[in-house]
Amino acid sequence: MTINTLAKGGWHRDQMACFRKMEKVIVAMQDPDMGMKMRNQRLLITVIPHAMTGRDVINWLMQKYNMCEEEALHLGGMLVRYGYIYPLKEPRSLVLRADESPYRFQTPYFWTSTRWPATELDYAIYLAKKNIRKQGELMEYEKERYSVLHKRINHTWDFVVMQAREQLRASKQRRKADRIVLECQEQAYWLINRPPVSLTLSTFRIYFIAHFVCVCVCVCTFCLCLQIEFCRRALGRNRVKSSICLEGFVKYSEQYLSHDPIMQGCLPSNPWISDDTAHWTMNTEVRVPIPSRLRVERWSFSFMELLNDAMGRREFMTYLEKEFSAENLCFWQACEDIRHGENSRIVEKVEEVYKNFLAPGAARWVNIDSKTMDKTLKGIQHPHRFVMDDAQMHIYFLMKKDSFPRYLKSDLYKNMLAKAIVPQEVKKSVFPFMRRQRHSSPSPVPTLAQPAPVSDARAEKPERVDLPSSIVCVGHHSNHRKGSSAFTEFKARTSLST
Amino acid sequence: MCKHYLYSILCISTSLCFKPFRCRSLPAQRKYMRSPPIPEMATQEVQLSETLAHLKTESDTLKGKLEEERAKLHDVELHQVAEKVEGLGQFVMKTRRTLKGHGNKVLCMDWCKDKRRIVSSSQDGKVIVWDAFTTNKEHAVTMPCTWVMACAYAPSGCAVACGGLDNKCSVYPLSLDKNENLAAKKKSVAMHTNYLSACSFTNSDMQVRLSRMGEDTCSSFVTALHHFFDLTELFKVFRHVLHDFMSLQGCDKKANVWDMRSGQCIQSFETHESDINSVRYYPSGDAFASGSDDATCRLYDLRADREVAIYSKESIIFGVSSVDFSLSGRLLFGGYNDYTINVWDVLKGTRVSILFGHENRVSTLRVSPDGTAFCTGSWDHTLRTWA
Repeated sequence: MTINTLAKGGWHRDQMACFRKMEKVIVAMQDPDMGMKMRNQRLLITVIPHAMTGRDVINWLMQKYNMCEEEALHLGGMLVRYGYIYPLKEPRSLVLRADESPYRFQTPYFWTSTRWPATELDYAIYLAKKNIRKQGELMEYEKERYSVLHKRINHTWDFVVMQAREQLRASKQRRKADRIVLECQEQAYWLINRPPVSLTLSTFRIYFIAHFVCVCVCVCTFCLCLQIEFCRRALGRNRVKSSICLEGFVKYSEQYLSHDPIMQGCLPSNPWISDDTAHWTMNTEVRVPIPSRLRVERWSFSFMELLNDAMGRREFMTYLEKEFSAENLCFWQACEDIRHGENSRIVEKVEEVYKNFLAPGAARWVNIDSKTMDKTLKGIQHPHRFVMDDAQMHIYFLMKKDSFPRYLKSDLYKNMLAKAIVPQEVKKSVFPFMRRQRHSSPSPVPTLAQPAPVSDARAEKPERVDLPSSIVCVGHHSNHRKGSSAFTEFKARTSLST
Repeated sequence: MCKHYLYSILCISTSLCFKPFRCRSLPAQRKYMRSPPIPEMATQEVQLSETLAHLKTESDTLKGKLEEERAKLHDVELHQVAEKVEGLGQFVMKTRRTLKGHGNKVLCMDWCKDKRRIVSSSQDGKVIVWDAFTTNKEHAVTMPCTWVMACAYAPSGCAVACGGLDNKCSVYPLSLDKNENLAAKKKSVAMHTNYLSACSFTNSDMQVRLSRMGEDTCSSFVTALHHFFDLTELFKVFRHVLHDFMSLQGCDKKANVWDMRSGQCIQSFETHESDINSVRYYPSGDAFASGSDDATCRLYDLRADREVAIYSKESIIFGVSSVDFSLSGRLLFGGYNDYTINVWDVLKGTRVSILFGHENRVSTLRVSPDGTAFCTGSWDHTLRTWA
């Protein structure tokens, strides 16, 4: 979100970029060879030259940018909204219609980028002109604004009226067709810049008066020194070849493809699409008796994945207990607690960790090399949040290189994988209008110590998950169909329609 | 290098805390003193401008060298590597839920770890916690200021943090007691000079990362970072922190990577043509994407230390306000200022789909923690969940 000060010349940098791009499109549209074909349009008795229909605009955009109709309508709509194309019929309705309604290009003189900001004085002159020409028959909102302006810039009102009269006189000397064109253009310009109801044109910005005074040379020099220092450090970095890094992305995407619900759907169904929360129930953090297969497979992707999943961590702990090296994981967890916990309890936590894991003869002594141990012990004299980092890192790598691969080969993991369920896909309901009931899940916020409301059958999910009968436990790896995803849904829909 | 843990030692060096406009004497100044006596002011000016010029050339040469070094290891483009990957078919995503209730522009939103609740904040000063699945509002807090620009959900789901123009971050514990005044229980972390632009929780409810607009600093209870910044304009600072203490920052046209424990800026990328509005880590943590006002999204690789992909189209004119990756990192979702959402194939660099629905600019976009859907907040006062 942008909150900018008013940059030099009243310009917002990002808006300039947008305007320039839109102008490029407009210029391309007006290209004599590749641009749009324009024709004359009749407006009442006069003929307006160089006009086009809404349908023409859309077809041209579709062809030039190879886009679908909806997108072309959207882009064209933006061009109209910002005043680069204006409608001839119903000038106040700034929308692009995909039919025979006539439109015209706004002259560059009146482009938003050329004449920004639209000043009060100009607006006053315009309203005065209109007032004189129509002999007082202005629109309601225009009348209001006219009187407001009259009060506000009363001191220059003579100038305003004089200018208005001059401009009207000059325009009378033009040909009627030209005059009408100019009037349309001017009207379109003011409809954009002084809309009847304030339409947020997405150009809203908060203006802040900078607290700061202008550039101080000394500070700039200091900043350059920092830059130089940074560059020197960066030159010494180790970099990896692009091919290796990019292969990494491809591998990662492939590995996680089946876990990505948006790409491949999720079983039994995506809750947002089917209104059925079975997928979430089956994959809750800890209280599931049997985890899903995808979840257990994911533990093998990396050690961090295993640790991040509460259930995985629990399983790993069970395994380590069998191997009599559970203190490693306990130590790691305690260090995490220090890193992320409250400031006030750091000292006490560090002491506990020392007592339990690091002190000579401690109950759950962890095996750290002497160098790291010395460094940590020294650091403990002045405990802070990151004092255990080195030791934690050492133990983390120990587990990762040693215990983790053995866990993946162990019977414990293999059994878990074999037991894991692969839910069967729940087919989309035949009657799309029959929506399933949406139940609220228990909020993570702890309830107060009060008797739970009786017979609110919907609120609580039972402790033991009773899997519906439609779910089939698959014991071996089979080629199962994935649930409907964004991609397969389209196929399903088209096949239904045939 | 294990990105999860860095061996940096925390260094709270207050001497490095940069206060604007304090003139620092330059050690190099004496070197450039010229002999003929000129009125004092002029001498000083000459000295300073020479120093400045000298430093500028040095800085530019070093930057050039850095670019050369980076280019040396660039042997292949992303789309070449991705040629062997299967293309994505037709893509259909729809609005599955519309959350109405805010009275003004929605500025920020965040998901809860339970994958269905969200917190959102808006310009009307309200912070609302929704169960997005049932579209019920569960909690509502009225902030004392309008323009609540940042909000975050605590990992436990029991609190939310928010802040904005009141220059501080407030943490509200959530309570199920309907009569309880949540506002009475809030805790505030005060910031001094500028308003809050982003906040997020670390792995626990105890710590909040904040970033302050203008001074380009990020506080996390203990660390204060410094960075040089453009003095004529306020910076936009947008952060995403994936791992505990490594943080991304998009400000002006630069994207920076900081180690919050040492307070060092480790890497910096400057390829965008306009201000960056949003940065987000790739799920593996080896790369990040940025979205900018120049209507492009770009992917930067941290190990190769360069930009590796640009996601743009001639027909996309308006800037990106917010980006996020799908769970596998194959898709990049961008919320744009022309009210649309564009979905990009990260590997192939092509646009997969364009989604319409919002009636004003999309201000915030986040994918749910389990990747089943993503939620967008917009200036049209609504939030939409897409799947």
